[in-house]
Amino acid sequence: MLDTILFYSFALLTLVGAILTVSLRNAVYCAISLVASLAGVAGLFLLQKAEFLFAVQIVLYIGGITVLFLFVIMLVNLDQTAHQPRYHRHWLVPLLATAGAGALFVAFLTKGRGLLALPAPRPDEAGGNIERLADMLFRDYLVPFELASLLLLVAIVGSVMMARKKV
Amino acid sequence: MLHPITTSHYLVLSVALLLIGTLGILLRRNVVVIMMSIELILNAVNLNLVAFSGHLKTLNGQVFAIFVITVAVAEAAVGLGILIALFRNKETVLVDEIDLLKW
Repeated sequence: MLDTILFYSFALLTLVGAILTVSLRNAVYCAISLVASLAGVAGLFLLQKAEFLFAVQIVLYIGGITVLFLFVIMLVNLDQTAHQPRYHRHWLVPLLATAGAGALFVAFLTKGRGLLALPAPRPDEAGGNIERLADMLFRDYLVPFELASLLLLVAIVGSVMMARKKV
Repeated sequence: MLHPITTSHYLVLSVALLLIGTLGILLRRNVVVIMMSIELILNAVNLNLVAFSGHLKTLNGQVFAIFVITVAVAEAAVGLGILIALFRNKETVLVDEIDLLKW
């Protein structure tokens, strides 16, 4: 019961934040709405008992990426874009394409709904979410983990190179 | 009466988030907002992965969500760096005015 109410409130927060993100005129307001949407997704992670991802979502997305977005919005002068139309001139084709994709998704979901019956619940393994996640990350996924650190290093160097004064 | 929450609810929510993000990418003219829409789409993917991770009672989905978040962070950092370099050269952030590759 409480789960249901929490799910619907977090879902509402996520969707309203997302809609405001793509529809508001001022980019700063868009970033603030993005924070609301990401917070809703974080709450849904917590509902799914993914505590580590909840913390990562808060720290990395809300604390990191949106602040980066806000910095860039302040750096690039957006005043002249605030009085220009927000949307492309050709808005009908993207709308139709998205509606078609949505219809396809709805068809798939209604057709495959019977397949989503829950399997017999396995007994929970010992340890909390973070311990088991760490075990899996450092045992089964060690090579991708190290590759991800390499990717982050390349991204740091790349972004510094890109944002330098003289390219 | 309220129904209990199943994996389908999460999938429907994820699809809705994905479609909103797609609309943002295709419709908006501001590059910063387009990158925010990309973040929305990646969040929809993460929601899907975590929902199936809970559905199948394994943690593989959550590990993949961690990798998706890593890639999203790298993409945002590099993308915003490119955006700053672009703004320095072109003085605009509207995608339909960035048409150097058009002939």
